[in-house]
Amino acid sequence: MTLFTLGQADREARLLPELVELTEHHRAASPEYARLLAALGHPPGRRYARVADLPWLPVRLFKHHVLKSIPDDEVFTVLTSSGTTGEVSRIYLDKAAASVQQRMLSATMQTVIGGRRLPMLLVDTRALFTKRRSFSARGAGVLGMMNFGRDHTFVLDEQDRPDPEAVRSFLARHGDQPFLIFGFTFMTWLYLYELAREHRLDLSNGILIHSGGWKKLADRAVDNDEFRRRFAQETGLRHIHNFYGMVEQIGLTFLEGPDGGGLYCPDFSDVIVRDPATWREVPVGTPGVVQVISTLPRSYPGHLLLTEDRGVVHGVDDGAWPGKRFSILGRLPRAEARGCSDTFAAAA
Amino acid sequence: MTLTDRLRAVFVDALELPEGVDVENLKYRDIEQWDSLGHMTLVAAIEDEFGVQLDTDQVIDLSSFKVAQDMLRGLGVDE
Repeated sequence: MTLFTLGQADREARLLPELVELTEHHRAASPEYARLLAALGHPPGRRYARVADLPWLPVRLFKHHVLKSIPDDEVFTVLTSSGTTGEVSRIYLDKAAASVQQRMLSATMQTVIGGRRLPMLLVDTRALFTKRRSFSARGAGVLGMMNFGRDHTFVLDEQDRPDPEAVRSFLARHGDQPFLIFGFTFMTWLYLYELAREHRLDLSNGILIHSGGWKKLADRAVDNDEFRRRFAQETGLRHIHNFYGMVEQIGLTFLEGPDGGGLYCPDFSDVIVRDPATWREVPVGTPGVVQVISTLPRSYPGHLLLTEDRGVVHGVDDGAWPGKRFSILGRLPRAEARGCSDTFAAAA
Repeated sequence: MTLTDRLRAVFVDALELPEGVDVENLKYRDIEQWDSLGHMTLVAAIEDEFGVQLDTDQVIDLSSFKVAQDMLRGLGVDE
């Protein structure tokens, strides 16, 4: 089973009516969202020819507004983002939404790791979980991935030091068959790559899933291509999938294809890159601000969101999987990110 | 021991349940011990006790004591 099947024309045709329906659902269920739509000039009953024409919200709004489409007594869980400035997004899920997001994350990941739980190497420290009631966002991310593995083994010890013996013993038990590796991109590079190179460890049966961006590796001149090339060359690890996702569109994971070459969109999703001056969609190859689109959010109006990330679409229906192929280029400068949402803040 | 008795013991042990918890009616996240971290411990303990391997979907579906019971029956564990 795979969730990466729809070419761009089919995707657009399938997503448009679903997103229109979701927009009306949220308008009816969330007075605050209804006010935003009115202020944006999107009255009920307006017709849309393309997904790109639908009204989107800047992701920052979830930091300042309670945007939810379920009654208080149906809130099952409230997810919060890690904010660099102390502000956090609050995302409200009912039971159905919590279940759907878990299932879709799982179906997406199973595209590249299969349905069996594989032995799992975590490029992180067990100390993440010593304070049980106060996981960091990082801890929550690691825990979410642990469902996909078994015999979870941490690369770092309780004092955050690389633990070559733990890794060696894991590889002795499982290294001759497919195993899973998960970590944040910079930690995977700083700890696993360096450790494997130094100790000449064979990771050729590994499947690495990583996320978190390249900013912390910029001073080492490591980008995605270099990361893939050196892991393959020094450790034999070739099954590598970067991913991109955010708490505001929980359940949606944009996943790097098997040959690198960019991130792809699961069938229930899409991306649009926009010009920050005009908000028009930019042509393939032109960088801009990334809008993310998902049909999953029903409990909060997060189906059409403008992120604070810059990105570029490399191609459409021309890669290993169908649909758009894109990369994230980094965060927008702060002032620019603020500017994106000022109009909306005023309207709300 | 019956499947139910063994499973009850696994739940109590893996989740470190206090006395008096109605184990057989327990659902995921009913109590603080059965959170996502407790879930990992519980799954590993069930696999050890019954000699089974749960796949990813089963780990996600395992949302109550009763579901776990049915799942183990489905995997051919003797009553």
